[in-house]
Amino acid sequence: MSNETSTIVVMGEREEIFPQEPAERQRVRPGRLALVTITLLTFAFLYVPIAILVVFSFNDARTGAVWQGFTLDWYARLFRNERLLDAALRSLIIATVSTAGSVVIGTMTALAMERFRFRSKTFWDGLLYMPVIVPEIVAGVSLLLFFATAGIERGFFTLVVSHIAFSMPFVYLTVRARLADFDLSIEEAAKDLGADEWVTFRRITLPLLMPGIVSGALLAFTLSVDDFIISFFVTGKGWDTLPIYIWSALKRGVTPEVNAVSAMLLLFSATLVVGSLILQRRRSY
Amino acid sequence: MLFTLSDVEVSALAPDLIRNDFAVELRDVVKLYGTMAAVDHVSMSIRHNEFFSLLGPSGCGKTTCLRMIAGFERPTSGQILIDSKIMGLTPPFQRNVNTVFQSYALFPHMTVEQNVAFGLEMKGISRAEIVRRVGEALSLVRLPHLAKRYPKQMSGGQQQRVALARALVNRPKVLLLDEPLGALDLKLRKEMQIELKTLQRDVGITFIYVTHDQEEALTMSDRIAVMSHGKALQIGSPLEIYERPACKFVADFIGETNFLEGRVIAINGEFATLSVATGHTFTGRRVNGLQVGEIATLSVRPEKMQLVEHPVDGAANTYEVTVFSIAYVGSDTRVIINLGDQRLDVWEQNSTSTLNPDDYFFKPGEKAWLTFKPENALVLAQ
Ligand SMILES: Nc1ncnc2c1ncn2[C@@H]1O[C@H](COP(=O)(O)OP(=O)(O)OP(=O)(O)O)[C@@H](O)[C@H]1O
Ligand SMILES: [Mg+2]
Repeated sequence: MSNETSTIVVMGEREEIFPQEPAERQRVRPGRLALVTITLLTFAFLYVPIAILVVFSFNDARTGAVWQGFTLDWYARLFRNERLLDAALRSLIIATVSTAGSVVIGTMTALAMERFRFRSKTFWDGLLYMPVIVPEIVAGVSLLLFFATAGIERGFFTLVVSHIAFSMPFVYLTVRARLADFDLSIEEAAKDLGADEWVTFRRITLPLLMPGIVSGALLAFTLSVDDFIISFFVTGKGWDTLPIYIWSALKRGVTPEVNAVSAMLLLFSATLVVGSLILQRRRSY
Repeated sequence: MLFTLSDVEVSALAPDLIRNDFAVELRDVVKLYGTMAAVDHVSMSIRHNEFFSLLGPSGCGKTTCLRMIAGFERPTSGQILIDSKIMGLTPPFQRNVNTVFQSYALFPHMTVEQNVAFGLEMKGISRAEIVRRVGEALSLVRLPHLAKRYPKQMSGGQQQRVALARALVNRPKVLLLDEPLGALDLKLRKEMQIELKTLQRDVGITFIYVTHDQEEALTMSDRIAVMSHGKALQIGSPLEIYERPACKFVADFIGETNFLEGRVIAINGEFATLSVATGHTFTGRRVNGLQVGEIATLSVRPEKMQLVEHPVDGAANTYEVTVFSIAYVGSDTRVIINLGDQRLDVWEQNSTSTLNPDDYFFKPGEKAWLTFKPENALVLAQ
């Protein structure tokens, strides 16, 4: 296999150098064919299930995997389902509050880590990446244990705190990336012109970090709305979020209604993540 | 004015007028980065409304000096005074000093106009007044047509002029300029030099001006500090710096000069006589209290020597030399001569207009007599 791969690389290079050479073009290359196939399969594996889910959310049939015709009925039903709407509202509230928390804490931490010099900075920086690495199930269980030990009643508060815990590092990372190419002399120029620390932050630092902050916030919001595992552990009575509601609905069987909710959640997340990526790409003015 | 009084002389003449009355003072300032001294025991006193230049090779500590005055760096030891007040930990925004940064440091998210207006807004000046002064400042730097642009949409030279306008518009007591014209072409640079000098004189701003351009420093400055390796080697008027360099480094760094190394064989009042490696002896002005027997260097500038056909009998510093090469550069002719195995530059002014190259009577390979007056040469310590 490795032999084959290296052949492909060589052939690829030659193609670059002699793009018009006819003999090269006509020869069949099994290695290349295999690669293309595998790539296509990967994409299919990733997106076909999602496509099916979306397609069947428009299927005019109560059950079954047979196409019966197009309908928007399931979407209409969603908006009449009180319990679902309540769950969605709870998810949005928790996402909003936890995102606000993540933005403030993440931005301040990023500023502190970038600006202050202290010992074993790399170590502390590494610790901040940890929540990105720790398996969600581990995080869920440990948070549950923590709240139980501390005697904190589960509900809104525990959900918000937990969501901040796992989404804050994403804000931290995007802001830190923005800070990395921040020219400090710009802040010096502001102070030189009479702006104190606060005005410098508000008029210079914050606007320049804004794309990073917003992009981090969009990620944090998406993660919060989408989160199931951790929320499942730390939620309390009356605080079932949308993913938890979907999960419990599934216990009664996969209905096209669940497909419709999932499709909407997907659209929502995709929009926010794409927005975040666009903002992150936008480097400077 | 042909000479300036030293601080000591001025304070002797008018003690209460002068005492502590400096725009900016550095008192024995040291700045260490690790163990490296970026600024090494520098003391200088800059007078009100003075055009004071810092001149020196790259990395000698010019920017570091400005940063300490502006308040971005704290001296490791020593004191900085602005308007006779010890600065200590005073933050930059409480110092009545503005900086034109070497790297421009424009606000990328603001237009040119907004950049220039920033300092005035901080002072709480009225909107109408801000608009007027911003317009004025932008005209001064020849950029009124680019007011709505963002820094990224401008050339380096244009950005530099915005940086200049952003500082000038505040009319500070002291303006720190870190190579403010470095990115401009010659013509614009000359124009801006005149604008800056006029503004500095008319508005009465103290300029502390960093430049690599000697001519700029010599023509614009009231005084110049020549720096090397963090030390201020000499502080004086352009005339003093050029005509009476205090050491070899300054003589070499400012303008062109010829060095002849030798041993002091005689001292005669203001003058010292040196026996150099080629076996000739030369006499020049003595500086730094040299003693007989010491190794020293004779420094003589190319334009202060002459080549003649017939020497005056008994004249000092007069020897027969061989012409090595001749280069016509318009205002003068630059001759390289051999004195033994020593090469020297001699610049002869082209005071007559002629088209015939042979009219210049020295040609490569010919003999000539080199001569210069002892008062036109300096004998410097090693
Ligand atoms: N933040 C810093 N940390 C460590 N060393 C520094 C720092 N800033 C400056 N230096 C060093 O201090 C010395 C003086 O630097 P400075 O910027 O003052 O030079 P300069 O005279 O302005 O040079 P240039 O003409 O190239 O701008 C240099 O050797 C430089 O490497
Ligand atoms: Mg510098």
